[in-house]
Amino acid sequence: MSITAENAAKLPADAIARTAPRRLIGPLAWSRENMFANWWSTAITLALGYLLIRYAVSFVDWAFVNAIWTVPQTAAGLPDTTACREAKGSGACWAVITEKHRFILFGTYPFDEHWRPLLVCLLFIGLYVVSAMKRFWRWELALIWAAVLTLIGVLMWGGVLGLSFVPQDRWGGLPITLILSTFGLAFAFPLAILVALGRRSKLPAIKAICVLYVELIRGVPLISLLFMASVMFPLFLPEGMNIDKLLRAQVAIILFAGAYLAEVVRAGLQALPKGQYEAADALGLSYWKKTGLIILPQALRLVIPPLVNTFIGFFKDTSLVLIIGIFDLLTAGKTAIIEPMWQGFGVEVYITLALIYFMFCFAMSKYSAGLEREFNAHRNR
Amino acid sequence: MSDVPADPRFARKAPPRPMRLSWADERVRNVVWQVLVVGAILSVFYWLYRNTSYNLEVRRIATGFGFLSREAGLPIAESLIEYDPSMTYLRALTVGVLNTLKVAVVGIVLATILGTLLGVARLSRNWLLARIAGAYVEIVRDLPLLLQLLFWYALLQALPGPRQAMHPVEGVFLSNRGLKLPWFQWEHAHSMALLAFAVGAIATWAYRRAARAKQMQDGEPRKVWPVAVGLMLALPLAVWAALGAPFTPDVPFLRGFNFQGGLTVSPEFFALLLGLTLYTAGFIAEIVRAGILAVSQGQWEAAQALGLPRGRVMNLVVLPQAMRVIIPPMTSQFLNITKNSSLAVAIGYQDIVSIANTTLNQTGQAIEGIAIIMLVYLTISLSISLFMNWYNARIALVER
Repeated sequence: MSITAENAAKLPADAIARTAPRRLIGPLAWSRENMFANWWSTAITLALGYLLIRYAVSFVDWAFVNAIWTVPQTAAGLPDTTACREAKGSGACWAVITEKHRFILFGTYPFDEHWRPLLVCLLFIGLYVVSAMKRFWRWELALIWAAVLTLIGVLMWGGVLGLSFVPQDRWGGLPITLILSTFGLAFAFPLAILVALGRRSKLPAIKAICVLYVELIRGVPLISLLFMASVMFPLFLPEGMNIDKLLRAQVAIILFAGAYLAEVVRAGLQALPKGQYEAADALGLSYWKKTGLIILPQALRLVIPPLVNTFIGFFKDTSLVLIIGIFDLLTAGKTAIIEPMWQGFGVEVYITLALIYFMFCFAMSKYSAGLEREFNAHRNR
Repeated sequence: MSDVPADPRFARKAPPRPMRLSWADERVRNVVWQVLVVGAILSVFYWLYRNTSYNLEVRRIATGFGFLSREAGLPIAESLIEYDPSMTYLRALTVGVLNTLKVAVVGIVLATILGTLLGVARLSRNWLLARIAGAYVEIVRDLPLLLQLLFWYALLQALPGPRQAMHPVEGVFLSNRGLKLPWFQWEHAHSMALLAFAVGAIATWAYRRAARAKQMQDGEPRKVWPVAVGLMLALPLAVWAALGAPFTPDVPFLRGFNFQGGLTVSPEFFALLLGLTLYTAGFIAEIVRAGILAVSQGQWEAAQALGLPRGRVMNLVVLPQAMRVIIPPMTSQFLNITKNSSLAVAIGYQDIVSIANTTLNQTGQAIEGIAIIMLVYLTISLSISLFMNWYNARIALVER
């Protein structure tokens, strides 16, 4: 029983000042309770502790103590990686990151213009932060998105305002990953809402089309859609009309994301009490007014945490464009180690890429978990 | 609802309203909307069809699945059935489907085991164990699967060559040529023993059903495990012994620059299986944890109050209820493993996507190639969903 203000008054004067006996509180008692409760628990703790310390020590040795951070240049002006080759197995070669980080982050974008993709990445992060704040959850947020995405297009392409023009096949690295996932979400979301509404529609033909679309897309892997975008789309278009590869992959990702998001939105529509629908009908609102003013604002609010989780999935899935040869972050990392002198240092590059992906996904998943707790606060009494 | 008093006022139906050709009539609006939407979609598809047939004509590509019976001429490194490049494309694609199924089935089994262990570990009262399991789940779920696959593949390729292979246990070698395991020579008696095991398993299942039905009648519990041991262990052993008990061990050994004999797990398959299992186990762990937490504490207490020992509380009371929460999301994880196995193409394991992709590059039959990929995955997805829906319906809560 906890000591509250009322029952504290009834206790004797020295009752609160006394603390629990030493063997019940403090770090020692805590570890006895949580790590050495019985012989079984003790055995697990000791075994895990031993493994943890052993591997942590050898990892620190490899990653920091014996690591090589920079390499000298040869007479020809190329990096000399003999030091790295000698340290292989005992120390990490972070020099590959020191030398190649610009290429991994921005691909083959013109070197002098790298501030533009950097600014684009910062704009994307700013956009995510603004969208995450509750006070901006209004219809005006869509305008902010439109404005920022336009600005990003201007920065990447250039050709206006004195910026030099950069063709799309020079783009690469982190901006591509962010573009594919963010534009994917921005276009897939309205599509998903329409499909989710269509799936709950009373009109049989519309319902059938939506069900077919969702189940078909969810039944096949994303790769097959990306292959379709890269080898089949060109056959679908009339002669002379040519859409570049990035846009085709983007369309495939939008179609894919649309089907999954539609199911998330549908869950929100179903979770809304029937009374809300009936009340809107009783007010004599038309279908679109009912949907836009009563149903969607509540249903979408309900599904924000699963929406963020789905978005994390898409953010990770954009890496699949590697397979059709689009230059995203992962492809850039994989390409950086193709040069003969850097061959064999894949582990270092992949660990760096993992850190970048992890920062984005971990932030989003913590945010989504926080929202979920907040939305379910009324349930945990 | 037959017990509702029949009030003649409610029994009467509203008179059918004649349909008026006016925008104010909802039925007219509904028909018009549907015709418009279906018409728009059909015309888009017709437009795409026209473009496609024109483009195919220009490029002189004949449509159809005739290419399936042509000679494939594509080498496949590992295959469950007999295959060589002089066989047909159909055979090559079948090999691909079997390779996909192989990695998916093994991955599903391993990921379920590892995921369940991790999910239980996260709920452990041991702080260190719970924290390590939690950190594992968080890290694995926040990294792209493709990145993890490439990482494992790079790590496996960085292993020493066969001459300096890692050699943890006698007969097991881990090198950049993959994992070598001791095996034995497969003979007719082994196939027969496997068949006997299958028969025994079915018979055990039938006996368990009958025992349960009898228990329902007289309340007498019957032991199933002696029958299970007899049918599933003793019977196959007896069959094997009756056929001469052949056993020739096949232990891998180093000869020249490579290994001879033994069972080979190729680096591609190993990396794919490792990546898929470790990634999906993280998701399954969360599902299992949520499922166990969903069973209320009162169920534990009530079962203990009935005097059931702890193990039977878990088996008879908690697990059946947790399963109801666990099964539906688990189904989608099984589907995800199957679909994600298509990432094999990135590390060179020849699954259906990889082989179909080579086929469409060689023959130029892009539409057919992609149609085959989609059809295979739709079939597998649908089969898994149907099976899991059947299982889910069987264990679902029977309500009034």
